Amino acid sequence: MSETKKTDEAKTDAASGEREVLLKVEGLQKHFPIRKGVLQRQVGAVKAVDGIDFEVRKGETLGVVGESGCGKSTMGRVITRLQDPTGGSIHFEGKDITRLNTAGMRPLRRDIQMIFQDPYGSLNPRHTIGGIVSAPFRLQGVEPEGGVKKEVQRLLELVGLSPEHYNRYPHEFSGGQRQRIGIARALALKPKLVVADEPVSALDVSIQAQVVNLMDDLQEELGLTYVIIAHDLSVVRHVSDRIAVMYLGKIVELADRSSLYEAPMHPYTKALMSAVPVPDPKRRGAKSERILLRGDVPSPISPPSGCRFHTRCWKATEICKTTEPPLLELRPGQRVACHHPENFADQAPQDTVLLTAAKEAAELVSDKVLAKSPETEASSEDAANDK
Amino acid sequence: MILLLVVTAVTFAIFFLLPRMAGQTADQLAQQYLGKSPTKADIVAVKQNLGLDDPVYLQYWHFIKGIVAGATYDLGPTTTHCSAPCFGYSFRTHVEVWPQLTSRIPVTLSLAVGAAVMWLVSGVVIGVISALKPGSFFDRTFMGVALAGVSLPMFFTGQLALFLFTFQWPIFGRTYVPFTENPAQWANTLIPAWCSLALLYSAIYARLTRSGMLETMSEDFIRTARAKGLRERKVVARHGLRAALTPIITVFGMDLGLLLGGAVITEKVFSLPGIGQYAVQGITDNDLPPILGVTLLAAFFVVIANLVVDLLYAAADPRVRLS
Amino acid sequence: MTELSKTGAAVGEPTSSPSNAPDAFLAVRDLKVHFPTDDGLVKSVDGLTFQVEKGKTLCIVGESGSGKSVTSLAIMGLHRLGARGKNVQMSGEIWLGGKELVSAAPDEVRRLRGREMAMIFQDPLSAMHPYYTIGNQIVEAYRVHHDVNKKTARKRAIEMLDRVGIPEPDKRVDNYPHEFSGGMRQRAMIAMALVNNPELLIADEPTTALDVTVQAQILDLIRDLQKEFGSAVVLITHDLGVVAEIADDVLVMYGGRCVERGSVDDVFERPQHPYTWGLLGSMPRIDRETSERLIPVKGQPPSLINVPSGCAFHPRCPYADVPKGDVTRTVRPELQQVGGGHFSACHLSPEDRTRIWTEEIAPKL
Repeated sequence: MSETKKTDEAKTDAASGEREVLLKVEGLQKHFPIRKGVLQRQVGAVKAVDGIDFEVRKGETLGVVGESGCGKSTMGRVITRLQDPTGGSIHFEGKDITRLNTAGMRPLRRDIQMIFQDPYGSLNPRHTIGGIVSAPFRLQGVEPEGGVKKEVQRLLELVGLSPEHYNRYPHEFSGGQRQRIGIARALALKPKLVVADEPVSALDVSIQAQVVNLMDDLQEELGLTYVIIAHDLSVVRHVSDRIAVMYLGKIVELADRSSLYEAPMHPYTKALMSAVPVPDPKRRGAKSERILLRGDVPSPISPPSGCRFHTRCWKATEICKTTEPPLLELRPGQRVACHHPENFADQAPQDTVLLTAAKEAAELVSDKVLAKSPETEASSEDAANDK
Repeated sequence: MILLLVVTAVTFAIFFLLPRMAGQTADQLAQQYLGKSPTKADIVAVKQNLGLDDPVYLQYWHFIKGIVAGATYDLGPTTTHCSAPCFGYSFRTHVEVWPQLTSRIPVTLSLAVGAAVMWLVSGVVIGVISALKPGSFFDRTFMGVALAGVSLPMFFTGQLALFLFTFQWPIFGRTYVPFTENPAQWANTLIPAWCSLALLYSAIYARLTRSGMLETMSEDFIRTARAKGLRERKVVARHGLRAALTPIITVFGMDLGLLLGGAVITEKVFSLPGIGQYAVQGITDNDLPPILGVTLLAAFFVVIANLVVDLLYAAADPRVRLS
Repeated sequence: MTELSKTGAAVGEPTSSPSNAPDAFLAVRDLKVHFPTDDGLVKSVDGLTFQVEKGKTLCIVGESGSGKSVTSLAIMGLHRLGARGKNVQMSGEIWLGGKELVSAAPDEVRRLRGREMAMIFQDPLSAMHPYYTIGNQIVEAYRVHHDVNKKTARKRAIEMLDRVGIPEPDKRVDNYPHEFSGGMRQRAMIAMALVNNPELLIADEPTTALDVTVQAQILDLIRDLQKEFGSAVVLITHDLGVVAEIADDVLVMYGGRCVERGSVDDVFERPQHPYTWGLLGSMPRIDRETSERLIPVKGQPPSLINVPSGCAFHPRCPYADVPKGDVTRTVRPELQQVGGGHFSACHLSPEDRTRIWTEEIAPKL
């Protein structure tokens, strides 16, 4: 079906060269200053996004996952320029939009749209559905073919609502329907890129599936490009072609879907995925593969030195503490920032002494996982040698 | 730091605006000081002595200097020294302002603090009971009374209390007696004033407490407290009230601070020689120095109240404690 | 962990009629919880029956408004408290260790709360009092039921914090809730709930507000503690992944009623209700590459004021027309045994259910 087709396409594209890049982000930073005292002197900064690179290709869905506080939502607001980046650059269709002012951004607002998590807070309760969905036309001064009302009704139908809902108010709708309204508004101006921040996390499971399917259909019908930010790894796996995993303001792994879920390279990715409960009681026996992470995510005000994950990683050595691993494409289509990746050759084999923290962390990791890694490492080394 | 700035700004504004609002010139002020039919020369002399001819900022400087260091006035035949804090002399009565203020502070303090205790206790108690049984007979009755209490003006309730308890059934004294002289008598005279003032405020506080309690009692942590098996009484007192009262502290501090600056109508109605009366006298007489003195004092009280409120709030709510 | 005997306030003999008392540790029979409102009677729970043994975990699954949280609060007797408590209409029976709670005096139920049965909530930040330290709140929970001085209770609090995995418990005991991270707060909340060694622990969406890695930690902790204390656990969730992870038995709620109940293997391997199929089909899976689209449940959850006639699920059910006539629209299906300990409330014939599940649903999951 559609999904299979999409993956096939992705594969053929990967083989025949890259698809056209729609959005390119380089070294993106967003620091929120912390001010104190009467003079509001800056005493530090929350490094919400701290130097990330990625690109989004036309027609694909890039999933962004990470735990709360990893900077994924900030990243979403910065690439749509709802917030100004403090560093780095953003190119949209080859044009640098990093420093564009409000007026300069206006034409681009048609091409880049955002869908928000909260279907309650993001719709003005005093406006009718017609008013909300037609707002983009008014703001952009666009007169669609056949008139605004007709176009809005067409959009409502497109997202699975009835055109009669035109004169109703948001409070008359359920959460799922409101999210559909949000989607209709985002699609009004036929955008090229839609950034969706947790589009389904506030919805019930059965409704979640409705919205996920809707977004899927719309992508196919309208040729949309999505950046979907979510904390739910199952949802992200279902909707994305490629996935970026964020930890403390950095991308630690960026890979296509099957590589990431079948052979994650970054220990954090691995831990994150192993933590997701699987709706299959038979797999409870396989729990031994679960990796429990110790403690909490460190503060983004003073992130750990070197690799930011070294304080909780069971493989961390001295180099992890001192040197930040660059995001490297170790395998085609799989970029990882790690000195000692899983499922691949060690990037710093000379450094073998585990940190004390890593030894403690390893206590929570089953022997099966620990024993497995050298094997796979060896085999992937062989694979690398073969090439 | 900021508080000091606020006080300075207030006095500055008063100092510049007040004489102009009353439409008085330096001549008129000097004339006021001298009484009936002064000679031209006298006026000039007084203007010079009081510095009324100086630019305003200089006058302000002298005023502030007086408060900090005292001032000496050379008034023709005599030289008067007015020690710090010197707020000058009344133009009308030629009485020094500061001793007037200090002698009146206890009166206003007695009135305000006494009434505050009364309204806080009664308002909070009524508010809590109402909140625990919203829609009940008690709730509706008291909220009705509270509405009436807020809408009745002070000069009405005050006069009524005065009439009933001081003249009709004279169970309360008529003239103010300092606490230090006779505490029983002191309280006895003040009770009608306290009650009238407290009636007005406790109505407001009952409503505030009620809505605060209603909100708090639907919080998750109240559910947790109940899930522990705490008795409902403890849930209300230790968990509900504690959280609901914190915002009330803020309002209470501000109200008390304002009242200390003079409960004008109450003092007038009950003939209490407090700061409010002094201010009224000053305004009717168009007498600048007393007005300035009272204003400064009132601003000072409000600012102090604010500071105390901030400290109390920090003590009550660990989340706002300075890190 | 030191076993402190339960020598708190003397518990008055609650109303118990042994002839009627069920064998199970916690048994709920035909529980109804209705709230009168201006718009009509909200039937949040409308005839619910289930039981849980000590040492076992029952997961109640359902969407928002299905009545799962209301059920948990009803067991704890928390509905009747507070301003609106008087209006709640509750009927049926709740048996806890041989005592019936629905008809018991409020003070008897209060004495059981926190001691025999304890609860943890979804959002630990709002569930803790912001003005008291973590330690104070645990001490309070302990001293309600134990006549000990503050020092002893504090020692107990530190011990509990240590048990739930809070580092440096003797220091963190004096922190305020806002100084803890989300995961830590939920650990502290669990420490508070377990401080009196309750025999029943109710967890209402305990991990919904937490990140996955923290969720894994908390579920692990709950499982460990259950093993250690041997208590019965009722866990309320909307996440079937969590259910598969931790449940012994599952109860699926829809529109205030139970539509399916059985062991975790029954419900996941041989589900017997179209709504359960819908939930399973709606969930994206992390463990496999789904080439298919998700199979959502069409429509919206029902209003609890005007619950659809007949089977509450019939307006959303793709198989509502399979049984003959309009039985799905007019007759409310009763919970029927479909296997050992496996119940389902559906008008479809057992043959139809088996056929649809094995031929139409299971292959697509």
